[in-house]
Amino acid sequence: MTVALFLEQILNGLQLGVMLFLMAAGLTLIFGVMGLINLAHGSLFMVGGFVCAAVAAWTGSFWIGLVASLAAAAALGALVEIIVIRRLYDRDHLDQVLATFALVLMFSEGVRFVFGSFPLYLDPPAFLSGPVTLPGGMLYPAYRLAIIIAGLAVAAGLGLLISRTRLGMQIRAGEADREMIAALGVDIRFLYTVVFALGAALAGFAGALIGAIQSVQIGMGEPVLILAFVVIVIGGIGSIRGALVAALIVGLVDTLGRFLLPTLLANVMEASAARGVGSAIASMLIYLLMAVVLVFKPKGLFPANA
Amino acid sequence: MKKTVMSLAAAASLLAGVSMAAAEPVKVGMITTLSGGGASLGIDVRDGFELALKQSGRTDIELIVEDDAQKPDLAVQLADKLIQSDKVDIMTGIIWSNLAMAVVPGAVAQGKIYLSPNAGPSALAGAGCNENYFNVAWQNDNLHEGMGAYATTAGFKKSFILAPNYPAGKDALTGFKRFFKGEVVKEIYTQLGQTDYAAEIAEIRASGADSVFFFLPGGMGIAFMKQYAGAGVDVPLLGPAFSFDQNILQAVGDAALGVKNTSQWSKDIDNETNKAFVESYQAAYGRLPSLYSSQGFDTANLLISAMDAAPISDKDAFRAALKAANFKSTRGDFKFGSNNHPVQDIYVREVVKEGDVFTNKLIGVALEDHADAYAADCKM
Repeated sequence: MTVALFLEQILNGLQLGVMLFLMAAGLTLIFGVMGLINLAHGSLFMVGGFVCAAVAAWTGSFWIGLVASLAAAAALGALVEIIVIRRLYDRDHLDQVLATFALVLMFSEGVRFVFGSFPLYLDPPAFLSGPVTLPGGMLYPAYRLAIIIAGLAVAAGLGLLISRTRLGMQIRAGEADREMIAALGVDIRFLYTVVFALGAALAGFAGALIGAIQSVQIGMGEPVLILAFVVIVIGGIGSIRGALVAALIVGLVDTLGRFLLPTLLANVMEASAARGVGSAIASMLIYLLMAVVLVFKPKGLFPANA
Repeated sequence: MKKTVMSLAAAASLLAGVSMAAAEPVKVGMITTLSGGGASLGIDVRDGFELALKQSGRTDIELIVEDDAQKPDLAVQLADKLIQSDKVDIMTGIIWSNLAMAVVPGAVAQGKIYLSPNAGPSALAGAGCNENYFNVAWQNDNLHEGMGAYATTAGFKKSFILAPNYPAGKDALTGFKRFFKGEVVKEIYTQLGQTDYAAEIAEIRASGADSVFFFLPGGMGIAFMKQYAGAGVDVPLLGPAFSFDQNILQAVGDAALGVKNTSQWSKDIDNETNKAFVESYQAAYGRLPSLYSSQGFDTANLLISAMDAAPISDKDAFRAALKAANFKSTRGDFKFGSNNHPVQDIYVREVVKEGDVFTNKLIGVALEDHADAYAADCKM
């Protein structure tokens, strides 16, 4: 095992973490402010990927596709909030899970109805499609580097939005005490719609970015959604900072676990058994991590209302 | 307008059905995947099957199509419905091996004939074979074995191999290793449904292998190939046709160009049946057929050939007629081995671009008249 391989894996872990953060940020905001469990968040991720692929194929530009996916996911998010989600805030979590799961099924079949059953083609823009040479002569895919930078920029922007703007103040106030800020004259219904659309836009943005290196297909959002839930549980539900830290931890643990465990186990057991056991444990690793975190910090690393 | 035409057509076929009643109609129940991430495979099998029925002009076959959504429990329910309330004679359509294992043993034990247009799990080819079960596609290991043989003759010495951690993934790597004579430098099992392969690709870069064999069906393969191209690793890729079918290639794009893959079918296999099939499929559906389409088409033609030879009520004669495989396959020569699985050529194809469309070109034969490794265990 060389140093270059190890560094490359750390970058891979960071990239996965940043992508998870984009998903988890919206999820945790929506839960923190509205107390809503939104299973349909993965569908917004999928919609982002499909819109980006369709618009990019139509206009020939990935960037127009990316902007379109942001706009489409935000608009769809706002629409869904007004039509469906609004009726769920006062219900218990089981009703929310059922209703948003119904949305997942409707979005999947709706996307099939519009775009067909076959996976769509979406490639990164040409100048990001190859590898770049990093200091020290290491090759790394340019597009993954761009995802890391874009994700960190979004994290910084979101941080500023929450801590420095009037909207951010209202969001924080909403997390602390919903009734009180409504009583103070803030239009809470409008605030909810904005927060939901913001979360949806982040998910759509992630779907478009990731669609370019994965497969734009029906159901692409669900595996990411599960990981995003793990992230917000570890980070502390409702906390953006917690989501960022937890996303990076989960990304690194998952990537390095898949890479190191089979090799490490090969030292103590026979090679083929080590491969099987190693990859099995590696796929459990982040759930084990979640369990350990919950034992010591039942409200996650950064509890929102501590 | 379309509705009127359809209902007229339906009325016409009903009338035709009455006049043909003496010819003993056959009811076919198709359970296949028409929704969810794996839908493109089921749609192709269904379309190929229906095309063959249409071309035969027969009105004595009634086809009932059901969607299993790639869920084993749903497939079992549908099978019960088809057998008990629809009273079908023949069953077909299942794409995935885990669904086939849930449905097929029960169906054939109840005396239904099952024609598999895709899944070929080893358990049904060896000790679990059955006189009522015919596989028209391949035994699961076949295409991987073909790639192992090709990699050996192409002179590859050190291969890096990976597949998802589930039974078909293990069969794939076993099949490849059965025929690959070089050294396997590293063997990795990825998670089923994994979408990010950065960690594996980094290991490939560092491994010093001269070839990569991968079995990642569906979206997993699309993600892997795009990420592989982006990483700038220049070790050649090898794989079975499942990651290079007509629908997947369009989503992968340039990243797949030049990749060698093994298949029992290709659109440029030179025979009359295949040429006519490719042309008429394109005319009917507006897209090129995939290997799954060809399997659906062959399955229907096998059924029709058996119906011509024997009535369905005479089970022994009908089974013998199926086993004779007296039909014109899109693959050219086609016959069944002792365990009712195909004995056929496995071809090597290369991904090319024709105009705007990515597709496969035939470049050679990996294994001739290849049977599967489990036939000896089948006591029938």
